[in-house]
Amino acid sequence: MSSTLLTQVGALARRGMLKTLRQPFQMFPIVFFPAILLAVNASGLRAATYLPGFPTHSYVSFAIAVAFIQGAMFSLINTGTNLAEDIESGFFNRLALTPLRRVSLIAGLLVGVMALGALQSFVYILLGLVAGAKLHAGVGGALVVIVLGSLTALAFAAFGCVAALRTGSGEAVQGLFPLFFVFIFLSSSSLPRNLLKTGWFHTIATWNPISYLIEGFRSLYIYGWDQTALLRGFGVALGLLAIGLLGVQAAMRSRMQRT
Amino acid sequence: MSVNAPTPSPAGVPLGKLAAGTAPPAHGNIWGVAGAIAWRGIHTYLRRPDLAVPSLIFPLVFLASFAGGLTALGDLPGFHFPAGYTAFQFVFVMSQSAMFSGLFTGFTLAFDFESGFARRLMLAAENRRGIALGYAFVALTRAAITMAVVTGVALITGMQITGNGVDIVAMYALAFLLVLVGFGWAAGVAFRFRTIQAGPLMQTPVFLILFLAPVYVPLNLLKGWIHAVASVNPATAFLDAGRGLISGVHDHTLLAYLCALGLIVLFGAWTLTGLRAAERSP
Repeated sequence: MSSTLLTQVGALARRGMLKTLRQPFQMFPIVFFPAILLAVNASGLRAATYLPGFPTHSYVSFAIAVAFIQGAMFSLINTGTNLAEDIESGFFNRLALTPLRRVSLIAGLLVGVMALGALQSFVYILLGLVAGAKLHAGVGGALVVIVLGSLTALAFAAFGCVAALRTGSGEAVQGLFPLFFVFIFLSSSSLPRNLLKTGWFHTIATWNPISYLIEGFRSLYIYGWDQTALLRGFGVALGLLAIGLLGVQAAMRSRMQRT
Repeated sequence: MSVNAPTPSPAGVPLGKLAAGTAPPAHGNIWGVAGAIAWRGIHTYLRRPDLAVPSLIFPLVFLASFAGGLTALGDLPGFHFPAGYTAFQFVFVMSQSAMFSGLFTGFTLAFDFESGFARRLMLAAENRRGIALGYAFVALTRAAITMAVVTGVALITGMQITGNGVDIVAMYALAFLLVLVGFGWAAGVAFRFRTIQAGPLMQTPVFLILFLAPVYVPLNLLKGWIHAVASVNPATAFLDAGRGLISGVHDHTLLAYLCALGLIVLFGAWTLTGLRAAERSP
C-alpha cells in the first residue's frame, strides 16, 4: 500500500472516528444499552444457572458476550448513518471529485470503525469486570476479545455501508436495526443451545451465524481457550466481513456511476 | 414556510397568542375532533406498511424468542405456572405490545408536530382536548390489531389458556388500560417537545419499567436488587394479574387495575398540561 493511500485512509479514518466520538447521541447507546440489558438480563435470568447442563454459575459471565454483538450492531447503524449523511449532504460526492483514490473513501471509514470497535470492546470488558464477569482466558483472552470485537464491528459496519451506498438515506440504514435485533434474539444469546428445548427455535439458533459469534466471545469467558468455539467465531466474523466487503464494492460501483 | 416556524392563524396571529387570548371554546365538539383524528390516524396506520409491520413484528419476535427460546426455565425448581411457559411469556409480550402501541402513537403525534400538521390541527380544532382523545383512539385500535395477531400466533403455536371467559375478558381489559398508560406518557412528552427526537425519552422509561419486572421467571425466583426493584414496580402487578387471569389463579388483579387507573389519571393530567404547553408555545 503506497504512503499516499495510507495518508488518505488515515485522514478519513480519523474523521470517521471523531464524527462518532463527538456526537453524544451516537456514543450514549453504545455504552448505555448493552449495560442496561446486561444488568436486567443477568439479574432476571440468574435462576437459569440452576438448570442442569448450564455451563457456569455466573449468568453475567454467560451474558456479557451479547454486549459485544450489540456494540457491533451500533457500529452498523452509526457508520451507515454517517455515510448516508455524507451522501445526503453532498460531501461524499465532493470527496469523489477530489484526487482521493476510491478505495480510500470507504477504507478510511472502515479503519475508523475497527479502532472504535476495539475501544468499545475494551469498555465492555471493563463493564463485565465491574458487573462480576470472570474472563477465564485471562489477559490474553481479553486481547482476543478485543480483536474479535473489532472484527465483528467492522463486518457489521460493512453492511451499514452497503445500505448507505445503495439508498443514500439515513432512515433506511436505521431500518436495519430491527433486522439485526431479530438475529440476536433468535440465537443462543439467552441460553446455551443444549438448553433450547423448543425444536424450531433450536434449529434457527443452530443455523443463525450470530449464535457462533456469541459463543466465540462466551467461550473465552466461561471455558478459557476453546479452539472450536473460537474458530467458529472468527470464521463467522471473517465470512460476514467478506460478504459485506463484496456488497460494498458492488454498491460503491453503482454509486459512483450515479455520481 | 418552514415547518418549525410559528403557525399563523387565519388572521396571521401565532398559535401561542391565539391560545392565550382567543382559544377555541373549551366545550366544543370534542367527539367530532377525536373521531376525525382517529379516522385519519387509523387510515394512515393501515395504509403504511412501514408503520404497521414493525409494530407487529417486534412482539412476535419477542414471543418467539422468549416463549420459544426460554422454555427450559419452566423446569426450574419453584416455577409453577399451570398454563405453561408460553402463556407465562405471552402475558409479558401482550403487556409490552399494549404499552408500546401507546408509545408508537406518541411518536406519530411528535412526527405530526414536526411536519407542521399538528400545529394546523390545533388551529382548526373546535376543542383541542379532542386531539389527545383522537390519538388515544388510534393507540387503542393499533393495540387491538397487534394483540389480535399476537394472540392468534400464540394460540397456533400451542399456548394453553386455563382461565375462564371472564378472566380472559378482564385480561384484555387490563391490556387496553396499559395502552392508555403508555399513550398518556408518550403524548405528554410529544406535546411538550414536539419533535421525534424526544422518542428515546418516551420509550426508555417504559422499556426499563417493563424489564425491571419478573419478565422471565416469577418474582419468587428473582434474587438480589432486581427482586427489590420488581417488588415495588407497578409492572409486576400488571404481569402478575395478567398471568393470574390467563391461568385462572388470580394474583394481584385488583392492585393491577388500581395501578393502571391511577397511572391513567396521572398521565392524563400530564397529557393535558402538555397540550396547554403546546398551545402556549410560539
